[in-house]
Amino acid sequence: MRIICPFCGERELGEFTYLGDAKPQRPAADAGEDAVYDYVYLRDNIAGVMSEHWYHGGGCRTWLKVTRNTLTHEISAVEPAAGAGAAKVGA
Amino acid sequence: MRGDQANRLNNGGLIDRSIALNFRFDGKTLFGFKGDTLASALVANGVKLVGRSFKYHRPRGILTAGSEEPNALVELRSGARREPNTKATTAELYEGLEAASQNRWPSLNFDVMSVNQLFAPIFVAGFYYKTFMWPAKFWEAIYEPAIRRAAGLGRAAQVSDPDHYDKVWAHCDVVIAGSGPAGLAAALAAARCGARVILCEEDFVLGGRLLADSGMIDGLPAAEWVARAVAELSAMPDVRIMTRTTLFGVYDGGTYGAIERVNDHLPTPPEHQVRQRLWRIVAKRCVVAAGAIERPIVFAGNDTPGVMMASAMRSYINRYAATPARRIALFTNNEDGWRTAETAIAAGLQVAAVIDARPDVSPAHRSLASKGGFPVLHGAVADVDGGKGGVRKISVSLTGGARAEVEADGLAVSGGWNPAVGLTSYHRGRPKWRDDIAAFVPDGAPPGMVAAGAANGSFGLGACLREGFEAGAAAARDAGRSGNAGSMPVADDEAFSITPLWHVAGKGKAFVDQQHDVTASDVELAQREGFQSVEHLKRYTTLGMATDQGKTSNVAGLAIMAAVSGKSIPETGTTIYRPPYVPVAIGAFAGHHRDENFHATRLTPSHHWAAEQGAIFIDTGLWKRAQWYPRTGEKDWLESVTREVKAVRGGVGFCDVSTLGKIDVHGPDAGAFLDRVYINAFSSLAVGKARYGLMLREDGIVYDDGTTSRLAEDHYFLTTTTAKAGLVMQHLEFCRQVLFPELDVQLTSVSDQWAQFSIAGPRTRDLLKEVVDPAEDLSNEGFPFMGAREVRLRGGLKARLFRISFSGEMAFEISVPARYGEAMARNLMIAGKPFGLTPYGTEALGVMRIEKGHVAGPELNGTTTAGDLGLGKMMSTKKDFIGRVMAGREALVAPNRQVVVGIKPTDKARRLRSGAHIIPKGETPGPDNDQGYVTSVCFSPVLDQWIGLGLVERGRERIGEIVRAHDPLRGEDYDVELCNSVFYDPDGGRQRG
Repeated sequence: MRIICPFCGERELGEFTYLGDAKPQRPAADAGEDAVYDYVYLRDNIAGVMSEHWYHGGGCRTWLKVTRNTLTHEISAVEPAAGAGAAKVGA
Repeated sequence: MRGDQANRLNNGGLIDRSIALNFRFDGKTLFGFKGDTLASALVANGVKLVGRSFKYHRPRGILTAGSEEPNALVELRSGARREPNTKATTAELYEGLEAASQNRWPSLNFDVMSVNQLFAPIFVAGFYYKTFMWPAKFWEAIYEPAIRRAAGLGRAAQVSDPDHYDKVWAHCDVVIAGSGPAGLAAALAAARCGARVILCEEDFVLGGRLLADSGMIDGLPAAEWVARAVAELSAMPDVRIMTRTTLFGVYDGGTYGAIERVNDHLPTPPEHQVRQRLWRIVAKRCVVAAGAIERPIVFAGNDTPGVMMASAMRSYINRYAATPARRIALFTNNEDGWRTAETAIAAGLQVAAVIDARPDVSPAHRSLASKGGFPVLHGAVADVDGGKGGVRKISVSLTGGARAEVEADGLAVSGGWNPAVGLTSYHRGRPKWRDDIAAFVPDGAPPGMVAAGAANGSFGLGACLREGFEAGAAAARDAGRSGNAGSMPVADDEAFSITPLWHVAGKGKAFVDQQHDVTASDVELAQREGFQSVEHLKRYTTLGMATDQGKTSNVAGLAIMAAVSGKSIPETGTTIYRPPYVPVAIGAFAGHHRDENFHATRLTPSHHWAAEQGAIFIDTGLWKRAQWYPRTGEKDWLESVTREVKAVRGGVGFCDVSTLGKIDVHGPDAGAFLDRVYINAFSSLAVGKARYGLMLREDGIVYDDGTTSRLAEDHYFLTTTTAKAGLVMQHLEFCRQVLFPELDVQLTSVSDQWAQFSIAGPRTRDLLKEVVDPAEDLSNEGFPFMGAREVRLRGGLKARLFRISFSGEMAFEISVPARYGEAMARNLMIAGKPFGLTPYGTEALGVMRIEKGHVAGPELNGTTTAGDLGLGKMMSTKKDFIGRVMAGREALVAPNRQVVVGIKPTDKARRLRSGAHIIPKGETPGPDNDQGYVTSVCFSPVLDQWIGLGLVERGRERIGEIVRAHDPLRGEDYDVELCNSVFYDPDGGRQRG
């Protein structure tokens, strides 16, 4: 598999580390135990197009949001995490 | 000197008769020519018997002339380079080649185990499963070793491979598998369009079937056309032609695996050269022109030496000028098989008969038969009379029921052609059935790949050229190349008609899979016993599971299954195709990553100095760390380590701790960021101070720990454990980029930038005064415990000094840029001489941390909470942090959790061992009474006895209780006392002093 890193260009799989589903959002501090439990443990096992977190540890150390089809491994989109790079949100 | 070579034709062939090569087969010296394979040289020398079969030890010969060969497997080379199960049909002949037949004892001609043939009725499918069922414990001890001795093929070398292997990447527009007419036409079209082309050919000569089957292309004899095409391709700078290279797999994103046998055709690789090279080719497009494999027909005695694929016989005669037989019979069910009769006649050989399973034979072939003076028999081969000496007589059952006998010393068989659908099917593609050619053809392919020519079921020469050319041009266009493909090579298409025939029913063993000795009756038995799915058939009978992966047997096997289960072949379907297409040596996948290069080695900044001191090193992850520094006269490690600990506790010692992960955290929100990743607060940490921090995973379990110092308002210096350095960096980047993008903070890994030394012991300050600029205040007031700031060293170098202690002694850690690390170690030794400065290793470090009750890897084991480690009070209640909510779950705060506690044997002379289980006194050891275990142990020089830490149920409430340490692995059981985990200086006065 090859991933096009927005900062480094097309690179091979070995430079990246997979984390998992990028959909779950970390609940707010006051969200309660059930919400955090869902966030930590409950995952959809999607056969098809899925948004995933990948880490470009062998390159620019950017966390990427990769849209991948888990059936075909086709990657349709790659974008950096919101806080990637030097520029800050609202900065 | 050319030897006898009795079966070598006087002229023709693509061999160089001026270069005779001497080789040995089973100790006998023979000769061949350059351009031969081992198989063709054996054919030229009249060798028919080359091996014994896997299960029944039946005599076997050469069936094919390519990588699909199931029978002619040999041990090639000797000693450390001995390579079992090498196909004689692809092994290039070289001067001095040594090969030995396999699976026979004491000799190929007289094989004791061929007695298995007499027991054949019991060696049916599932034999092992049915026979060696019980007693279960007999399986490992008796049955399996005995079976492994009797079965199996060649012997591995048993010693380390002396050769080197390489792994490389290549990038191109179009990669092409195969250099037959389709492959060459594809390469020409793509390259002329301007595409960067890689052409892979597994043979050592380009041309594919054109090397054996002649024809006219663009008005030229095929061989001339091939030479012209190769010349044109070779002249183009963006074309790479790789012979001896098999494209064996396709992976996601247009990545292809190829194995190049760089020096397999030489006795040993030349100096500094590799044996084989594994290619990972990234290509925008791929044209599979891998051709087709002729398939056998299953009949009794079809494994007799001398029975050979019809196309293989043509290869031996035309390409190698070696004739497998003098009087040849041909058994075919299709038009193409007849070419072998034509070839035999052209080579001056006798054709005994053509046995054609089809109802009609073309007039052209009828007249060939009458000119050649041989009969055409309509029917099928029912049996073969012969043995290890080869074919003698062929019994034919004629259409209509009569029988005939044919005397011949060779039988060519053609059951039709199977397109090589492996590459196109590796992404779980299922080939589709085509009735007109009675074969499976690709039904789609992985993205970017297309099959052309025979691999696509188009067997005519003209069709191969046309499809290859069009596929090559299209691939170049898709890759963004817009040049002109020029004119397409043209040739006539031969007629192809086939009447499918898979299996001729009859007495005697009829083999489907010759390498695994699977017969037609095994397939029928599997069907009767309910193993009807082809996947079950494969596993139950092992059909297609040998090193040839059933290239000549799979389709016949499933056709027989279809027939006995009353289904059609497409209904029966194929098994899943998986790479690699040919066996690939593990050595090639490993490449240079073996022995000391298996992984990278990281050396601490003081490594060379430590090596000079005679340090014993231990691998910790990729690092080599000094474990202890033995001195002359010390009898064992324990004596050295004990001395080091005493030297620190009584004077001063130092240790390289550069392996800790080090991360600079910068930015106005650095404090807020650390508050969210650590359980304790860091925004409140004063500039110039350090603090111990603990990180949890989001599920509430402890992740990592370390000290973090605030060097400036917006600059923290964070340390991690050695083991987790990379993972913590990754985790923190996740927190920064994904979880908290609103925070203005940046992370920089500086693990390799700083050399860091721990200097510990009551005389630490005396030593530091010799190293640090006198203007720096190192007094307890000027640099208190947990102080952290930049200092200037004598000579002007800037360093970072941290007053932190892992040993429990008065201690500092000093950081200098890594390039000064070695000089720092040497300087400390000089400056420390008056104070008896002693270098200490990781063992002494570990002893002192256990004496102080500090937790480390064995306690931060991925199951413990902050509370378990006795650090629950550090968890802030005033802020959110990673893991906060989940850490509060009922089970994670349950009062009966196993928590860290000190452990010491009641018998002071007793050695404590980690891993021992804690069992209450008077209880029977067992899972129900298991209350925890010993995690870390050491011999404490301070207490003069073995001590340890453990995770014990309600441990902290049970201080003083005597329990059992039960160690069934070592056969030990002894009493220990649960005690405070801080064995040494519990009020911490020494480190604050």
